[in-house]
Amino acid sequence: MKKRCVGMLLAGGEGKRLGLLTKELAKPAVPFGGKYRIIDFTLSNCSNSGIHTVGVLTQYSPLILNKHIGIGKPWDLDRQEDGVTILSPYTAKKGGSWFQGTADAIYQNIHYIDQYDPEYVLVISGDHIYQMNYEHLIQHHEEKQSDATISVIEVPWEEAPRFGILNTHDDLEIYEFDEKPEEPKNNLASMGIYIFNWKTLRKYLLDDSDIENSDHDFGKDIIPAMLNDGKRMYAYRFEGYWKDVGTIQSYWEANMDLLEEDLSVSLNNKEWRTYSQDLNFPPQYLDHTAVVENSLINSGSWISGTVKDSILFECIDVSTGSTVKESILHPNVKIGKNCTINRAIIMENVVVPDNTVIDGSKYDEPVVINDEYVEQLT
Amino acid sequence: MNNLMGLINLEHEYDFLEELTYFRSGAAAPFAGRYRLIDFTLSNMVKSEITEVAVFTNKKYRSLMDHAGTGADWELARRHGGLFILPPDWNDPTDISRGDLRHFHNNRDYFHRSKADHVIISGSQFIANTSYEKAFKYHLDKDADVTLITTKVQEDLPEHVSQLRIEKDENGKVSNLTNEQSNKELFTGVYIIKKEVLLNLVDECIAFHKDHFFFHGVKENIPNLNVRTFEYDGYSMFINSIESFFRNNMNLLNPEAYRGLFFTNSYVKTKISNQPPVKYRHSADVKDSLLANGCVIDGDISKSVIFRGVQVKKGASIKNSIIMQRCVIEEGVHLENVILDKDVQITRGQTFIGSPEKPFIVAKRRVI
Repeated sequence: MKKRCVGMLLAGGEGKRLGLLTKELAKPAVPFGGKYRIIDFTLSNCSNSGIHTVGVLTQYSPLILNKHIGIGKPWDLDRQEDGVTILSPYTAKKGGSWFQGTADAIYQNIHYIDQYDPEYVLVISGDHIYQMNYEHLIQHHEEKQSDATISVIEVPWEEAPRFGILNTHDDLEIYEFDEKPEEPKNNLASMGIYIFNWKTLRKYLLDDSDIENSDHDFGKDIIPAMLNDGKRMYAYRFEGYWKDVGTIQSYWEANMDLLEEDLSVSLNNKEWRTYSQDLNFPPQYLDHTAVVENSLINSGSWISGTVKDSILFECIDVSTGSTVKESILHPNVKIGKNCTINRAIIMENVVVPDNTVIDGSKYDEPVVINDEYVEQLT
Repeated sequence: MNNLMGLINLEHEYDFLEELTYFRSGAAAPFAGRYRLIDFTLSNMVKSEITEVAVFTNKKYRSLMDHAGTGADWELARRHGGLFILPPDWNDPTDISRGDLRHFHNNRDYFHRSKADHVIISGSQFIANTSYEKAFKYHLDKDADVTLITTKVQEDLPEHVSQLRIEKDENGKVSNLTNEQSNKELFTGVYIIKKEVLLNLVDECIAFHKDHFFFHGVKENIPNLNVRTFEYDGYSMFINSIESFFRNNMNLLNPEAYRGLFFTNSYVKTKISNQPPVKYRHSADVKDSLLANGCVIDGDISKSVIFRGVQVKKGASIKNSIIMQRCVIEEGVHLENVILDKDVQITRGQTFIGSPEKPFIVAKRRVI
């Protein structure tokens, strides 16, 4: 069952910096954009790019993530021969262990990839928001006859020290990889999207697994080892929108970006659709006191108050006299009467009592509200 | 409840929605922002734990089949049973059956193969969000041959005129079905019947050249059968004309009606699509309206029902109207008392005003 390319989607991260949002679920499963979960963007990219063999590596609190992915139906990845496969850590005759690093996660699933005997392996993460045709990346990889191709994006110079920076020759051949350099020579940041020739990567994974003090990480170990050996490695420049939603601030920003008029990562883009589980909620209702501006609102919602610059998931109530501004309300949030909600992220099923004021603009980053926070208020 | 099988009989539902049924059967007419009329019947059957449902359809069933698909969206894509769309199949040269009896005749296998002993039969014009489990239990308790689902109406509306009314004897047995307008107990068109009784009546009707199973089989045999009634007292409506279609859509803008239809029972199921949340832009002004996902709104909307994927551009205004899937309303357009079928585009600056009693209807896929 030979396949040209197998996608390996890393979705096991805890996402510590997302705090409360990932207290009980994996980062890729965090709700995003009014009806999606973060991982929908990469799964949709796979499907839209014609990559229909996708292994999803899960580890941290996987219940909701696994349920969401299911048999992959929303992404047309429910297939007989290939489709999506959840790859969780496991024990075998020789024992077992949790995935130690990104490379270790792939190493432990070599047998999964080998079934398909692929030419290439695409390694991606489930915590980035972007719309990318991986076919273009593979074509670039083939044109350059590369052993590994890394997708890069230009980041503002002042932010470059936060990223893995690739130093390249003029033809984009990579000669150096700086993980979070203090003084970057370049502003081409790795997006954590890699194409490898499977045969080559397989050898490096096996070698790396024997190195005791290795972190078994693509950025720290595999890429530097390949560079050391003089493998042909090229960068691929990505021009569109891309955001790593690793922090509360960037999560909030990426959501707000969806409200921009001309954002390339539009949810309404018919040429590049973003798929997700869809449920049967009735149409939303805006009554005669509703004021809604510059916002996304999902079905099942009932709006009597004012909503501005906000993202509302399904089945939200905003009662009369209440104002929601610059906020993100996760599914089933109910806002009582005469509340003021500003710059807050309110978590699933939270009921905000009448007359509550939550002002997140007082903090450095948007405030995340859960049940306990609401209990303290009352 | 394996003992009950479903049948949606559309044979006698004519093209009752004018422009909206030029290209589709009434059962497939869009309703309430994201549904088709048949969704309510299908959902109610599934909520009654029925796992096999057949649809008798005669004409214009392309869009109905497209909508229903494998039945997966109603959990009716089953290894055993599931959804059967049964279009006409008139190939038996010895067949003398007529009307909906041809469907029964040609699809006898559907009834024979099922283990169920009872059949629930419905059309698509009675709209409610319920389960028929209690009615079925009552049907079994009374050992009824036929149990008619009824509803009481407070106010006489034009769509009620054609509905049959129930007359009962002192034991609660149905004695007659009439058109006596002062009688407020209406037959909903939904009934449960013993499979054996159904098949016998079908044979009898065919033998005597009858053409309407319910009228000639059930109604004419009321004295010979144990016919009971079970009253549904929740929110409901009948849709059998453009006038009732328009008014009942508009009624859903009343919060009690909206909650009554959508939030009193589990959600009504329909074909899943993949639409993003509604995008309201800076100049949007929307009040008293229902909106389905995928819309992008720049203009003003009041007292309207807006289906999935509709675009309303800046400076456009929509009042008291129904705008179906993927319509585009360009800048400066004003619409009032209008029904736009799917994929209609209204170009810049135009005004269309119908009357609330006679809305202005635009057929599918027109550019005006």
